[in-house]
Amino acid sequence: MTRRFMFDGQPVAFEDGQTIMEAARAAGHFIPYLCWHPDFPPHGSCKLCIVKVGGRHVSSCALPAKEGMEVESNTPEINAERRALLQMLFVEGNHFCPSCEKSGNCQLQALAYELEMTSARFNHIFPDRPVDASHPDMLLEFNRCIFCELCVRASRDVDKKSVFSLTNRGIHKHLVVSAESGRLGDTDFSRDDLAANICPVGVILRKRVGFAVPIGQRIYDEKPISQVSMEAEK
Amino acid sequence: MSAALETADNRQNLRRVVIDPVSRVEGHGKVTLLIDEDDQVREARLHIVEFRGFEVFIQGRPYWEVPVMVQRLCGICPVSHHLAAAKALDHIVGAPQVTASAEKMRRLMHYGQILQSHALHFFHLSSPDLLFGFESDVGRRNIVGVAGEYPEVARQGVLLRKFGQEVIRATAGKRIHGTGAVPGGMNRHLSADDRAMLAADADKMVSWSQDAVALVKRLHRAVPELYDNFGTFDSRMMSLVRADGAMDLYGGALRFRDAEGAIILDGVADQDYDQVIHEEVRSWSYMKFPFMHESGPDAGWYKVGPLARVQNCDFIPSPLAEVERQEFVAHGAGRPVHATLAYHWARMIEMLHAAEVIRSMLDDPDLMSGELMASGPRAREGVGIIEAPRGTLIHHYRVGDDDLVSMCNLIVSTTHNNQAMNTAIRTVASRYLSGRKLTEGLLNHIEVAIRAFDPCLSCATHALGKMPMVLELQAPDGSIFERFRRD
Ligand code: SF4
Ligand code: NI
Repeated sequence: MTRRFMFDGQPVAFEDGQTIMEAARAAGHFIPYLCWHPDFPPHGSCKLCIVKVGGRHVSSCALPAKEGMEVESNTPEINAERRALLQMLFVEGNHFCPSCEKSGNCQLQALAYELEMTSARFNHIFPDRPVDASHPDMLLEFNRCIFCELCVRASRDVDKKSVFSLTNRGIHKHLVVSAESGRLGDTDFSRDDLAANICPVGVILRKRVGFAVPIGQRIYDEKPISQVSMEAEK
Repeated sequence: MSAALETADNRQNLRRVVIDPVSRVEGHGKVTLLIDEDDQVREARLHIVEFRGFEVFIQGRPYWEVPVMVQRLCGICPVSHHLAAAKALDHIVGAPQVTASAEKMRRLMHYGQILQSHALHFFHLSSPDLLFGFESDVGRRNIVGVAGEYPEVARQGVLLRKFGQEVIRATAGKRIHGTGAVPGGMNRHLSADDRAMLAADADKMVSWSQDAVALVKRLHRAVPELYDNFGTFDSRMMSLVRADGAMDLYGGALRFRDAEGAIILDGVADQDYDQVIHEEVRSWSYMKFPFMHESGPDAGWYKVGPLARVQNCDFIPSPLAEVERQEFVAHGAGRPVHATLAYHWARMIEMLHAAEVIRSMLDDPDLMSGELMASGPRAREGVGIIEAPRGTLIHHYRVGDDDLVSMCNLIVSTTHNNQAMNTAIRTVASRYLSGRKLTEGLLNHIEVAIRAFDPCLSCATHALGKMPMVLELQAPDGSIFERFRRD
């Protein structure tokens, strides 16, 4: 007998061991996320995927679904919380979309549109870390990192290279390259690595491409992220 | 002579008057006058606080980002910076000559920018002064006043500008912060829909531009004494010119003429600009003073922009504008026209030319198909020069093997015209202000002269005819004894 829980008032079936995120997606419901990825275990750091279960705010990517749960996701309360999280991410880094080459392909920007974030709200911190251009094919623009650790996980678990890691905590947290020099050019990183192609924002960039695809004809220019994300798995 | 007004003797004994227009965008211009006890102007200086930090900001950025990034330099002419940067970076990616489709798309974008900028400048910023008079009621001296008195003029101005903006959108992707030009070419063609939409209005734009030229000529002829003499001074002139001597606002080589109209230097390749143009720093000004190196800063300065371009070329390669150019040249009766207010006349001739160029280009199939990108052996350095609406704009970059910009030098039109604008305000100050009690209308004469060169200084607030301005008269000891404010 299939078991179910209620997701925004609609019954969603699930199998043993499925998280709320997995079951909701299988049933066609989009839940915003940044650090989650279908090919990786849940990470639970970005908190964008929060939902309300039994009066508590929990990460839907990590919490196993249970029979009879009442899950609230697309509600004004939860979306306001997600917007606040996005606003914090925007001011922590340099996310100046009009001159960022990732514009239109950036999940942070796309979620801000999806969740109707219209202002920065908090004071900008304006980090100022120099770019790392030492690698022949790839560029690192550290000031846009949102610390999702997708590159860290991809490089360690799939590429088996462990090129990236995060260091320090809180406001001092930042991405580092695992080389004595700290430079990407001194690692065996390759443009074909999964880690080179997984960053949801504009940190890990292929060189010399820039604005070759016009703004307006990019992934999230064509369709909202809720649709792109759900179609990707079909 | 007015040039003597750069630095007064015994400055501490003079009254100081400050005209400080607050502008919302990048350029902030301020005029200081020193006046003696007989109300004679003894010193006049235009100070422009340039956003020089930008060159440092660009250093260390990847080169492919630069044509988009530099648009933040200026809210009025982002497209010119976009294109000048792309042209400079074409050299870096080994494509000094881009494909036919790419060059035509960029040209179309650029002439759209010329059209919209010239329309904005003339109709919104300057026509209130010219139609109502420099000392007319300040409450009416704005575009709203023009719309009330001359509704058709105002309407055409608005629609000409809008058409230019549509050309930009169709080629750059957006009206502002477009991304159409990339190092080595373009990232888009013109769509069939946009082509049809623009073609439908092109004839009207040409004919309205003709009307605008006619309007400026009428203004000149009505008060020739004013128009020929207001802020008039001799100077050299510089602009890009096509190899055959034609006006070309997108490319070509640098040509210099002396005040009599004789060519003193011709065919200077854009990549060699720094062999010819040097910049002088003066203690009182943030903005540098460019000059022809071989002549030195005192003799070697020049003016740029429409007045220089219309007279520097041998002909304009579009029939209606060429007829107007000939009439303009004839007005000089054998000598170049150096009248500051003639900038408006020359500007409207260029607007007509831009409208003609856009109209004739729209039938070109290369805009809608064909290869957009070119590449070749990498280079480390590149210069891009374009005739921006207000004058010659130079972008110069060095790029390292790691693809990051290691050096950036920009000389914008306003900087080229620094000495010329200072000379214009000194000429106006000694002729109109000296010996008289200063009023808002008299001080507006100074601004009229500046406006003829460059709308970027007073920019957006100014566009509404409201230039917040504080005037302060200081006593020799520095205390303020008179102050009035206009909002
Ligand atoms: S570089 Fe990109 S993928 Fe890696 S942690 Fe930062 S945002 Fe995530
Ligand atoms: Ni400008």
